[in-house]
Amino acid sequence: MTQSTQTSSQTPTSSPKLWKFHGGIHLPDEKALSNQGPVVEAKLPTQLVIPLAQHIGAPARPCVQPGERVFKGQMIGEPQGYVSAPVHASSSGVVRAIEPHAMPHPSGLPAPCVIIDTDGEDAWAPDRPEPVADFQSLDAEALRARIRMAGIVGLGGASFPSSVKLNPGQDQPIDTLVLNGAECEPYITCDDLLMRERASEVVTGARILLHLLGTGRVLIGIEDNKPEAIAAMRQAVAEQQAQTPAQLEVVEIPTLYPSGGEKQLIRILTGREVPTHGIPAQIGVVCQNVATVAAVADAVLRGQPLIERYVTVTGRGIAQPGNFRVRVGTLASELIAASGGYSGELAKLIAGGPMMGMTLQGDAVPITKAMNCLLALTPAESPDPGPAMPCIRCGQCAQVCPTSLLPQQMYWHARAKDLDKVQDYNLFDCIECGCCAHVCPAHIPLVQYYRYAKNESWAREREKQASEHAKRRHEAREARLERLERERKAKLRKKKEAITPKTKAAPGQSAAVGGAEQSSVSSAADTKTDTAKTDTAGSVQ
Amino acid sequence: MISGALTSSPHSARPYRVDQVMLQVCLALIPGTLALVWFFGWGVIINMLLASLFALGAEALVMKLRGRPVLPVIGDLSALVTALLFALTIPPTLPWWLTLLGILFAIVIVKQLYGGIGYNPFNPAMAGYVFLLISYPVATTSWLPPDVPSLLEARDLVHLSFLDSARLIFTGALPPETTWDAVSGATPLDELRTRLDQNILMTEIRQSPLWGFVGGQGWEWASLGFLLGGLYLLYIRVISWHIPVSLLGSLAVLSGLFWVFDPSHFPAPWFHLFSGAAMLGAFFIATDPVSAATTKRGQLVFGALIGAVVFVIRTWGGYPDAVAFGVLLLNIAAPMIDHYTQPRVYGHGKKT
Repeated sequence: MTQSTQTSSQTPTSSPKLWKFHGGIHLPDEKALSNQGPVVEAKLPTQLVIPLAQHIGAPARPCVQPGERVFKGQMIGEPQGYVSAPVHASSSGVVRAIEPHAMPHPSGLPAPCVIIDTDGEDAWAPDRPEPVADFQSLDAEALRARIRMAGIVGLGGASFPSSVKLNPGQDQPIDTLVLNGAECEPYITCDDLLMRERASEVVTGARILLHLLGTGRVLIGIEDNKPEAIAAMRQAVAEQQAQTPAQLEVVEIPTLYPSGGEKQLIRILTGREVPTHGIPAQIGVVCQNVATVAAVADAVLRGQPLIERYVTVTGRGIAQPGNFRVRVGTLASELIAASGGYSGELAKLIAGGPMMGMTLQGDAVPITKAMNCLLALTPAESPDPGPAMPCIRCGQCAQVCPTSLLPQQMYWHARAKDLDKVQDYNLFDCIECGCCAHVCPAHIPLVQYYRYAKNESWAREREKQASEHAKRRHEAREARLERLERERKAKLRKKKEAITPKTKAAPGQSAAVGGAEQSSVSSAADTKTDTAKTDTAGSVQ
Repeated sequence: MISGALTSSPHSARPYRVDQVMLQVCLALIPGTLALVWFFGWGVIINMLLASLFALGAEALVMKLRGRPVLPVIGDLSALVTALLFALTIPPTLPWWLTLLGILFAIVIVKQLYGGIGYNPFNPAMAGYVFLLISYPVATTSWLPPDVPSLLEARDLVHLSFLDSARLIFTGALPPETTWDAVSGATPLDELRTRLDQNILMTEIRQSPLWGFVGGQGWEWASLGFLLGGLYLLYIRVISWHIPVSLLGSLAVLSGLFWVFDPSHFPAPWFHLFSGAAMLGAFFIATDPVSAATTKRGQLVFGALIGAVVFVIRTWGGYPDAVAFGVLLLNIAAPMIDHYTQPRVYGHGKKT
């Protein structure tokens, strides 16, 4: 143990050891389409559509009324429960309505949103949290509360509430904070630009999290196709290293999709593997996206909640691809118009990247906290793969799977709807990165099969739980009825025992006693018979 | 504006396609085929054309009967690969109706009756070949001598011209004033077995004009051609190294062991590697993904066991070569091999 600590401290900072994950694929990165210019401040829209559910967990509950005037940074949706996040007004204006609106979600179903007519003043809420220049004066609890109330969620796309992730508990000591700046999906460059332009905030945010977690080491993983970002981050680290005893380290990692997957990046940087069905905290790691960390710095140092983010608008279906600083709630259509609109024929509009993003049915959807990229692909970039052919079991999929699964076997059983078998092949370790489907020569939409199998498994699990619940209720009811019956019989026996000597002693009174008893237990038929018997017995005698 | 096609990720252009993969396999067969044609005449080409025609026809027929679209299935070129591999394993003078019979068995029964590409447990080409080998052993084992002047002179043999080959295949008629003995010759593996059974020592057997540099005359060049084609397939990643390396490795190690201890009764490992169907089998037949093991460790086991079966049957069994038997035997074991050789999944710790 001592020895291993020693070795790790002796590791030279310039060339840290990198680990490999299984598989992965090299993709044309297409980053140059959108990372040539600086980030452009998007125009303040006349209307903001702010969804109440922009995170994993319970949706926020609206805390404003239609017609109410709201300010920039004012909380308009309260978190509901521990795993939840508040939402804030991205600018000042008047709440027009709280109603369902189309969402960037594959279902295309509308979800509740707060719709704000902006007034153009962009006035800050008077009660916004005080900026804290010296974050070290705050303890972990206060910092977590601030991060929670700033509505910060994972900005890499998962949108899990950060305050929850930053609260691993006493029993899980964290020794490493991993910052995810890999941005391995092709086309997307918003983290690249963020690291170039806001490197100092990212590093400050990292120091805040180090303070919060009591951790001694930050590893910032960036793919080597972003030399400018790496240089900027290295410089920011050099400037701030003196202010912290912790070890800050920018690690250049090979460009290989999906290096930016949380599990893959942790493996690359630390050599540790997140246990199956587990979380990184179990192996002493907390992983955060670089944009999330910059948002933490904004929340603590400037008292600014999460009301804007960097969004890449790209693809050859966009006239002038680039990056924008966008208010949460701006409609995607406005952003696309700001990029010069669509150019030519469009095959797909995607929220996210080409490998894991979801297709949108239209662009009248709001930019959410989780949306890192709007990708308009031409038919040449995203050709129709054509009908799927039978699997020839070539095993290309298994060769590229970053979790060492056997996609061909999972497909086989998912197709046969044999959910137990798919789970035996570790379906739930699948991160849906799409490598398998990408290389499949038969063009089988493998990820779709795994999503289907996961959803079916969850549905079956819910059904099982529901039926189990019903069974338990039924059994409890049966037991209760049985118990009542036993008690009643026991009571009856007692009374009978009490009556019998009396009947012997005074037969004339038995009818009256029997009558009284009959009224007290009139509901049970057999009781009546018993009583009747007693009566008869009494009368005969 | 937006087509509205809601498809699941990934949305990227797919770099591979089944028919392209199959086409690459066909192209990779060229060097070995050229060598075979050079030494064994035009019959090889005629057989390949016939087999391809029969295979595509048979598949189209089955698709029609099953009420499925014909073109997409023919277009995947898998039947073509089956036909070519089958044609490369049969003698260059096999009567056309035997080729038809073998192909019908391979395509209709072994492939399509099991559900078509992807569902066949056995390698169709090898199943078709073994079907003929068992049902028509004489016709299926009557090979030609390689067209090497010194050999032909030494053994008083004639080489068949294009017309001779075609006539033999289509009508069964030999060139005028020749006999079967004058046109046919044992394969090196066959001759080796016969001589060894006669207690002739390796040193003497090696003096035979049938013997080349490392393997049999002509055969070694064909093997080299298939090795080159196989390396090409490895290079473009149509196949992985696991099956060929383990197959050839186990064949070389086993034959090497016996050769080291008793070189006068056992041929050298390079003879095994460059004779018969070892190279063709290792790179083109055992690597058929549908019927082979699919896990990496499983493929190592799969290949090594085929190599072992080949060595055992070549040395002690009833047939001079055994790639087809080895492949078919391990085909049926592949699901079990896969079950016991699953890789360790991320986050699952050490496999117990």
